[in-house]
Amino acid sequence: MTQERTEDRLLQKALVGVGRLFFTLFVPVTAFFIFFKIFIFLRDGNAPQLVMTLIAIVWGVGGVAALYFLGYWLISKLSGKWNKSLLPYLFVGPALVILAWYLFIPTLRSLYLSFFNDTSMEFVGLANFLYCFTDEDMLISYRNNLIWLIVGTSFASGFGLLIAILADRSKFEKISKILIFLPMAISFVGAGVIWRFVYEYKPAGEDQIGLLNAIYTAFGGTPQAWLMIQPWNTVFLVFIMVWMWTGYAMVIYSAAIKGVPVSLIEAGRVDGAGEIRIIAAITIPYIKGTIIAVSTTILIITLKIFDIVYTMTGGLFDTDVVASMQYKQMFAQHDFGMGSAIAVLLFIAIIPVMYLNLRQFGQQEGFK
Amino acid sequence: MKQSIRFFGFVLLALMLISGTTVAEKKVVTVFGPFQEPESTRFEAAYKVFEERTGIDVVYTPSRDFETLIFVRVEGGDPPDIAALPQPGLMYRFAKKQQIKPLWPEAVSLVEKNYSPVWKELGSYEGTPYGIYHRVNVKSLVWYPKKAWEKAGYQPPTTWAEMETLCGKMIKNGHTPWAIGVKSGGATGWPATDWMEDIMLRTAGPEVYDKWITHDIPFDDPAVKRAAEIMLNIWRDPKMVYGGAMGILNTSFGDAPKVMFEDPPKAWMHRQGNFITGFFPKKIQDNLADEVGVFGLPSIEPQWGLPVLGGGDQYVMFSDRPEVRQFMEFLATAESGEAWARAGGALFPHKGQNLDAYPDKLTRIQAEMLLNAEVFRFDASDMMPAKVGAGSFWRGMVDLVGGKKTDSVLRKIEKSWPK
Repeated sequence: MTQERTEDRLLQKALVGVGRLFFTLFVPVTAFFIFFKIFIFLRDGNAPQLVMTLIAIVWGVGGVAALYFLGYWLISKLSGKWNKSLLPYLFVGPALVILAWYLFIPTLRSLYLSFFNDTSMEFVGLANFLYCFTDEDMLISYRNNLIWLIVGTSFASGFGLLIAILADRSKFEKISKILIFLPMAISFVGAGVIWRFVYEYKPAGEDQIGLLNAIYTAFGGTPQAWLMIQPWNTVFLVFIMVWMWTGYAMVIYSAAIKGVPVSLIEAGRVDGAGEIRIIAAITIPYIKGTIIAVSTTILIITLKIFDIVYTMTGGLFDTDVVASMQYKQMFAQHDFGMGSAIAVLLFIAIIPVMYLNLRQFGQQEGFK
Repeated sequence: MKQSIRFFGFVLLALMLISGTTVAEKKVVTVFGPFQEPESTRFEAAYKVFEERTGIDVVYTPSRDFETLIFVRVEGGDPPDIAALPQPGLMYRFAKKQQIKPLWPEAVSLVEKNYSPVWKELGSYEGTPYGIYHRVNVKSLVWYPKKAWEKAGYQPPTTWAEMETLCGKMIKNGHTPWAIGVKSGGATGWPATDWMEDIMLRTAGPEVYDKWITHDIPFDDPAVKRAAEIMLNIWRDPKMVYGGAMGILNTSFGDAPKVMFEDPPKAWMHRQGNFITGFFPKKIQDNLADEVGVFGLPSIEPQWGLPVLGGGDQYVMFSDRPEVRQFMEFLATAESGEAWARAGGALFPHKGQNLDAYPDKLTRIQAEMLLNAEVFRFDASDMMPAKVGAGSFWRGMVDLVGGKKTDSVLRKIEKSWPK
């Protein structure tokens, strides 16, 4: 009797277990099936645009929410230990997958394509890289990137520091900082358009609508095509970046300077140090970490600079930089192999700077 | 929780069903191309007849970044049904990777019937026809301000020598003969390649020109050098060109002709394709036939006659469906261009087209020039590999105008030719 009952109960338990398992599997499978069907419909369907858009919104937003609920529901069925260890991945997982899909895989793919020819059909070994190190235009682009790197970083960072120190002692601190920070709000392309009017050239005798030429001719000069004077044209372009990023450097330096303990400065004064001595011996060493962080950030920007060159000269008159060469090879000349090779080189060049930059930011209390 | 999920599923299903019922069985053909307003509207007007007759919905989407996006879309597995390619080089590449579908026998015979042979050739890759040409343009045109010319007593020249005499006369009168500008964003330099191609056709003839495109003669061949020198004689002479070489490099191609319509004109001639009228000042455009005159760039070596340099959009097919084929076949007929011709700003290569559809005498002259040309050649830079045609050739021309030595520039372009 008792044995039968236990068997009955066991059977019952087993059935319920199977039923549960079935249900647990059935729900996500059905959900995925429905999402997939809608995806196919969205991809191939011919419904009016409005209907499509509405479905896409409901599908996208609702789908993500539903997936989280489903995942949470599934995990909550598990025992406590499993539940605890899996739950974080449910929330971090999608972000990691997206990161891999949009960043990691494309990087690997670029590396792979860089060993192939323009149509990615033939393996060419290191030929693309060889070209990168021998071609005349490529060499010019390295030189230009170097100018960007040195002139751009030192001026943006240097001006930023100078202004931050001066503003700290000025009555017009707020106003002057706002004005200098303002260009940060403009995109590189927007800045390019603005500065085109600064460097604009018209033949002598026409109205000079370019600011620089208007000033230059007012003092008796003949109009100059500024962006064609090599190699100074690159320096003229660099100044657009300096104009934009000085504000960024200034704001961060300013915050760091305000963090220098007053007691240190006063101790310096008591010991008889002048203002310059205080800046050189106390302020700058104290904010050294910030200087490295800001400089590396600007360094990375100059390494991958593209927009300014593209909108101002299109790389003509020997103003090309590595990133604009990459764009040209890839999208104007459709050489996927060469474009990828240049991208890989650029990537390798940026890694150490990036490492330095992240480490520095990591050490800063404020960024933890 | 369970309930809400189920409810959600129902809502989605219901939405799908509702939208499913609104999807009529209308067939759609998607076309992707580079030309935009106002040309896109004119293209839409041109295929309206087709839509009305067949009930097929044709959707044309233009993009400013067409040349970049078409690659992204094709490589990404999302090609349009049909794309309008302005450069044969693009077609070659898609054909090489077998991403476009070749024309079927009926379409080929339509092309043979409705076009002169050159268009079939231009739409073929390794002997297989892929593209159907629709709107084309003529580039060997010289525009001039008609009223000012009449006042000054200038006559359109018919030979190169006459043109040189005319330029001399202009300079003596204190007039600057040419208005030229090559600035065009990332494509800066292309107007110079057009000039050089036109001269190449007139000095070396069509056969050598073809060899130049296929790289059977090197880029630094004496024939190419001669064409460059004839061009530079004009371009580098500050008396010949308004603003001199600096002016050329700093003037965008669309702004260049504007100085012709000042009073008095600052320059008196402008060589550019038929599309340039769209860049003329508004008041000139309104009275185009009264204000503007046009003649073909004169011949240099009489044996080659008056060759015509031009370009055009060829339509290629990425998906093979009956309605896509139908639309491709429609584009191969004279009927497909008529409404666009009437709206202006476009020329069509179809035989037996209605020339009266062109809005004015000026356009009709160009259409006749195109149809009657003994020698028609496609813009060479568009046919060369993109490395050269959209890269080193443009750049080299800018270097040349900027004063670099002809030999070294040509050698550099030659070196850039893909092996």
